[in-house]
Amino acid sequence: MVLPPLAAETIAHIGSFPITNAFVNSFIVAMILIVTAFFVRRNMKTRANQAPTGVQNFAEAVVEFLMKQAVQVTGDEAKARKFLPLAGTVFLFVLLNNWLGLFPGMGSIGFNHVVNGEAEFFPLLRSAGSDLNLTIAIAITSIVATNVFGVMSIGFFSHVGKFLNFKGFLHAWHEHGIGAKLVGFLVAIVELGVGLIEIVSELAKVLSLSLRLFGNVFAGEVLMAVMAGLFAYFLPLPFMALELIVGVVQATVFAMLVLVYATVSTQEAH
Amino acid sequence: MTPESMLVLTKGLTMAFGGMIPALAIGMIVSRAMESIGRNPESAGKIFVPMLLGAAFAEAIAIYSLVVVFTLK
Repeated sequence: MVLPPLAAETIAHIGSFPITNAFVNSFIVAMILIVTAFFVRRNMKTRANQAPTGVQNFAEAVVEFLMKQAVQVTGDEAKARKFLPLAGTVFLFVLLNNWLGLFPGMGSIGFNHVVNGEAEFFPLLRSAGSDLNLTIAIAITSIVATNVFGVMSIGFFSHVGKFLNFKGFLHAWHEHGIGAKLVGFLVAIVELGVGLIEIVSELAKVLSLSLRLFGNVFAGEVLMAVMAGLFAYFLPLPFMALELIVGVVQATVFAMLVLVYATVSTQEAH
Repeated sequence: MTPESMLVLTKGLTMAFGGMIPALAIGMIVSRAMESIGRNPESAGKIFVPMLLGAAFAEAIAIYSLVVVFTLK
């Protein structure tokens, strides 16, 4: 029984750029999304008295469903409309990647290659979420985007002021009496420390988002390999069902967290 | 105690300890959700999604310890 290695295997090179099997999967999903979008936009029925048909109908149903969930999370429809392109794309991309990784042929079609004297199996396709590079990329993009949303919403100095919080010192200076000034000064120092810790918490958000998705998908791959190695018929079935559900749940959690972080980032500092 | 046996022992203990409290947390989350559904059966649809979200957060901590096990060599 061969467990998939932690790092995705490189199967080809373009110049000096290595192409991993997880990269091939994510490219296939990106092509699926782009081609679907192309077919939706072609002969798109936009006037109010034309009912949408075919692919456009399906796409509109999906977008409406995502919009309804987004309004539930953000509480404000204008904000949901602004954040939906980011969170909806993250949801669809992660969901399709997770589900594509369950197709027959993933992890089993490949070639043998001699590495360090022994033959190793290099699968051509592998679930994209099982590569830490992809999950960190999506997490960094989302957290940078939430900070950009914050700057665009409440202004640069207000946003930076959440992290470098010198407002407490201003309040302390305007207090009357030495005792009140001293107490206000100490509170201001504590608030400054809290603001600096918020910077660390942004990094923790990136790490937690990426590791949650990576851990779930990679553990699923290892589980499938172990189950298929134990008894290849009927035993992997309940675990395939579990992987389907895990795919949906992890995509939902990722997208909802991105929405929550964006909502918090665009709120005024209290 | 050879290094290999220490490695195996560490991997096992990491996952064992790292999975205990997330399991307790998920059990508490879901049991409160079950209680409130039992008290108000119509709210089952509304409670399901926040419960799933909370359970995914608690499970993420167990996933962190699993990632540590994977990186130990």
